[in-house]
Amino acid sequence: MSWVTKTLSSTLGRKLIMALTGLFLILFLTGHVSGNLLLFKGDGGEAFNIYAKFMTTNPAVKLLSYLTYISVIAHVIYSIILTQMNKSARPVGYSESKASTNSTWSSRNMGVLGTIILIFLVVHLQGFWAQMHWGEIPTVTYEGEEYKDLYLIVSEAFKQEWLVALYVISMGFLGYHLSHGFSSAFQTLGLNHKKYTPAIKTIGKLYCIVVPVLFASMPLYIYFTS
Amino acid sequence: MKLTLKIWRQKNASDKGGFVAYPIDGISKDMSFLEMLDVLNEHLTEKGEDPVHFDHDCREGICGMCSLYINGKPHGPQQTTTCQLHMRSFNDGDTITIEPWRAKAFPVVKDLVVDRSAFDRIIQAGGYVSVRTGGVPDANEIPIPKTIADLAMDAAQCIGCGACVAACKNASAMLFTSAKISQLALLPQGQVERKTRAEKMVAQMDAEGFGSCTNTGACEAECPKGISITNIARMNREYFSAVVSSDNL
Repeated sequence: MSWVTKTLSSTLGRKLIMALTGLFLILFLTGHVSGNLLLFKGDGGEAFNIYAKFMTTNPAVKLLSYLTYISVIAHVIYSIILTQMNKSARPVGYSESKASTNSTWSSRNMGVLGTIILIFLVVHLQGFWAQMHWGEIPTVTYEGEEYKDLYLIVSEAFKQEWLVALYVISMGFLGYHLSHGFSSAFQTLGLNHKKYTPAIKTIGKLYCIVVPVLFASMPLYIYFTS
Repeated sequence: MKLTLKIWRQKNASDKGGFVAYPIDGISKDMSFLEMLDVLNEHLTEKGEDPVHFDHDCREGICGMCSLYINGKPHGPQQTTTCQLHMRSFNDGDTITIEPWRAKAFPVVKDLVVDRSAFDRIIQAGGYVSVRTGGVPDANEIPIPKTIADLAMDAAQCIGCGACVAACKNASAMLFTSAKISQLALLPQGQVERKTRAEKMVAQMDAEGFGSCTNTGACEAECPKGISITNIARMNREYFSAVVSSDNL
């Protein structure tokens, strides 16, 4: 085994992959939520549709999107490997455990939270991302140029109560996942210092509330204004 | 005090084991937890039964030999070693559940005794310095800034009891290993093997079958010596910088 594969198959190396892909996905979420704020513009979806076209055709964005796919896949695969390994490290469990006195619920249930988010992601990608890429969706014309009307798909989708509920609840799970994941990633990278760790923890706490709330407000806004 | 003890009994490593309930009376609030078990064992011996096996040595909270997972927490309800836990932490009439540390790397030897030699092998892999240190040096002969000396001493407080492994949902030994790596990495005497040490101790920790770190912080919260998880972050830095710069291919 080369030193690279040896490192990446160690417990620390596997955690490094979890941390790096997790942090990249946090960056992705930041971009995703910022762009989607165009849904609130109230221009019948023009800005949003132009943005959607840019996001699916621009070569630089394409490169970033491939990195995002790789990050999601690696994050999932390595979480499965680590979970299996961690489970086998304690073949016989305790009959009584007071884990709630020494750690947060979300930190102990990242796998469960991640699985729920993954299921949500499949529904989410099938509903919008796959439609935008391969679906036959109506087009609109702005200033002589043709655009796929993704805004129409989004606004039609969020007229359904169950889907709005699914999105809002899923964002709650995302918030819990991020509430541990954000600061945990920095700890894994070895970044724990009195100079900046308090700032990382504060930003993490704000991030895990602000981003999921913004995401959840989008289907709610569309549902209540349509 | 009158108590019911629900104790894990297991004849040997291959026995399946199970809980046995023992009612016990006449326990003083001032007894240590281990003294309470001594009383139980006297009763069992008088009755001709096999006494409950458990690890202990100094009974001063400094050797790291005692263990026990008491009522769902390593070393019981106080953040201290089991030998320093007193019966005043419990109430009359309580049922106390006592289990051994649970980890693949800590197999049960008998009853509540587990084999913690996995920790010894992690130390053997790199927890030493090969420079000649001689006798006790004069004060300030080796200049070490106070802040660094304090950090090294904090890490060196680890007594290797294994409560971190017992508390961790993944049975991870990262707090122990990181304390040992930190203690030597911080001091000038530890510089010679610094990179090799981080690589070898982490490799040995993995080979022993301990889990990985989810950064829940349970280890730090339960450690009787208050070892901080900042040591785990330091170990990660030591390890990652070692693998990209050491001569070990």
